[in-house]
Amino acid sequence: MATTSEQTVLQFKPSTASLTARVHPLVIFNICDCYVRRPDQADRVVGTLLGSVSPDGIVEIKNSYAVPHSESSDQVALDIDYHHNMFLSHQKVNPKEAIVGWYSTGFGVSGGSALIHDFYSREIPNPIHLTVDTGFSNGVGTIKAFVSVNLSLGDRQLAAQFQEIPLDLRLIEAERVGFDILKKTAVDKVPTDLEGMEASMEHLLALIDDVYKYVDSVVEGQVAPDNSIGRFISETIASLPKIPPSAFDKLVNDSLQDQLLLLYLSSITRTQLSLAEKLNTVAQILGDQSEIRASSRMSIPIRFFGQSGIIL
Amino acid sequence: MANALPRSFLQVATTEEVASPLRVVQMEGLAILKIIKHCKEFSPALVTGQLLGLDVGSVLEVTNCFPFPVREDDEEIEADGANYQLEMMRCLREVNVDNNTVGWYQSTLLGSYQTVELIETFMNYQENIRRCVCIIYDPSRSNQGVLGLKALKLSDSFMDLYRNNNFTGEKLREKNLSWVDIFEEIPIKVSNSALISAFMTELEADAPVTQCDYDRLQLSTSPFLERNMEFLIECMDDLSMEQQKFQFYYRNLSRQQVQQQAWLQKRRAENMTRKAAGEEPLPEEDPTNPIFKPLPEPSRLDSFLITNQISNYCNQINGVAGQSFSRLYLLKALHEN
Repeated sequence: MATTSEQTVLQFKPSTASLTARVHPLVIFNICDCYVRRPDQADRVVGTLLGSVSPDGIVEIKNSYAVPHSESSDQVALDIDYHHNMFLSHQKVNPKEAIVGWYSTGFGVSGGSALIHDFYSREIPNPIHLTVDTGFSNGVGTIKAFVSVNLSLGDRQLAAQFQEIPLDLRLIEAERVGFDILKKTAVDKVPTDLEGMEASMEHLLALIDDVYKYVDSVVEGQVAPDNSIGRFISETIASLPKIPPSAFDKLVNDSLQDQLLLLYLSSITRTQLSLAEKLNTVAQILGDQSEIRASSRMSIPIRFFGQSGIIL
Repeated sequence: MANALPRSFLQVATTEEVASPLRVVQMEGLAILKIIKHCKEFSPALVTGQLLGLDVGSVLEVTNCFPFPVREDDEEIEADGANYQLEMMRCLREVNVDNNTVGWYQSTLLGSYQTVELIETFMNYQENIRRCVCIIYDPSRSNQGVLGLKALKLSDSFMDLYRNNNFTGEKLREKNLSWVDIFEEIPIKVSNSALISAFMTELEADAPVTQCDYDRLQLSTSPFLERNMEFLIECMDDLSMEQQKFQFYYRNLSRQQVQQQAWLQKRRAENMTRKAAGEEPLPEEDPTNPIFKPLPEPSRLDSFLITNQISNYCNQINGVAGQSFSRLYLLKALHEN
């Protein structure tokens, strides 16, 4: 936009790069927890966001901590020492996490936020402001991320506008596995291997059922066929490897046998352990060496089994 | 509420409160996520951190936690570590977090966490806190699609024994203590505040597509099983070494007994001759003779710990093999033409 210095056109400085923010669910948990524990007179909670900025403009928000603050109608006070102390402590554990912005609970941006944002922009060049609506106004819990953009009239700075940037909630696998646990208010116990397996199978079955029903209804003409979905389904089915049934059976049976071998081995080891223990205590009572020698002789075939079992 | 005899204040003050046994550990989702994040970031290095929460009746609540910085073995850093802890606790108290230590957490590799250091740390903590728990998280298990979280506690009988540093066979048999009784595993319950639950449901709708965790359905488990086997074999080697130590001890013991008998016979024969000659009989025991020195019995603690580890590996192998069976049968059904 070519302008001469006399033109008084409201200028937006375009955002430097297409900034997107990615938030780890831990941050949301932290914010909610701090909100629940806030002191009675505070309306909202304010805190610092930690994370990293990647060179292609994606800001990852990995951690956060609350900072005590006090707000009245025209004044905002933030405990800066506390903020610095916590940051140093966090740095000791994870030196790669840097300040990337700040958060506040409550819907939208208020006047006091601009001042706090000012403070944070003195710390880092382009802080992100995250609002987490714990009040659930509009019946929805909205989480929004903003960057501040300067509005200038000619040469004078008029105001700073909070522009929204796209936000992405990310889940890494460990969290994904435990996600069902994290969603409910109370879970009675952490599921074991087999129970989790059962749950996954059930989900898979439900998914396959859905696809089946969809295909059926399309064939019967009840639902308008969608070509992209059809193509996707046929691609998926075609991606099953085509192996002659005999080779496939052999493959599956071999794997089954390997697993059985391992299971057998671990059962033997367990038996060996309980046997060795019994023999040790018996040996004390009788003071008989030969029994101990017998138990140590038993451990040798186990080691032999173990070494052959490694060839999987 | 009329009791037969009102108890005097002295009576009440002297009866010790019997602590109700710890039945369940209740963790908040926040603490679990923090632990997962910390352990995963630094894996395969092993990291530790502190647990904060409340001790209520038979439930130990863990509401928050913070990680410890990686400690280099340097003298000055020891003081730094204590400072860091105090600083964190102080800061957290200002934002109304329960700053009551209830234990610590550590990450582990494939479940090889039963070491003497763990026991020592437990003893240290137990001196200051009435009830503490250790949470073990295994990041390698999450690659198998399982949340590898465990809560451990030392059993009381074991703690008494350890304090007296007395691990001889008889004492153990007296208390009927075997290797299973060292660690007690406590079930974990998870609780979340309603606010967080609402947010999470909001963010990830209950659509079945997003719920299916495909990680659990992968077929390749061999790297995990191979490492498990390697560790298992190493532990068996250690165990056989320990058993050889015991063998050695018993052999020495019986040899010493034989020597003692021989010496006793000789003494008795000597005494006979001396009696016949009318002299004072010599005492039948001679504490200065080295063959009467009691041999120290090797401690059983190491072999117990190793046994615990082995059983852990076996359990893991069982679990993974069980999962693989289901997967393989699923695959078979899929290919049925």
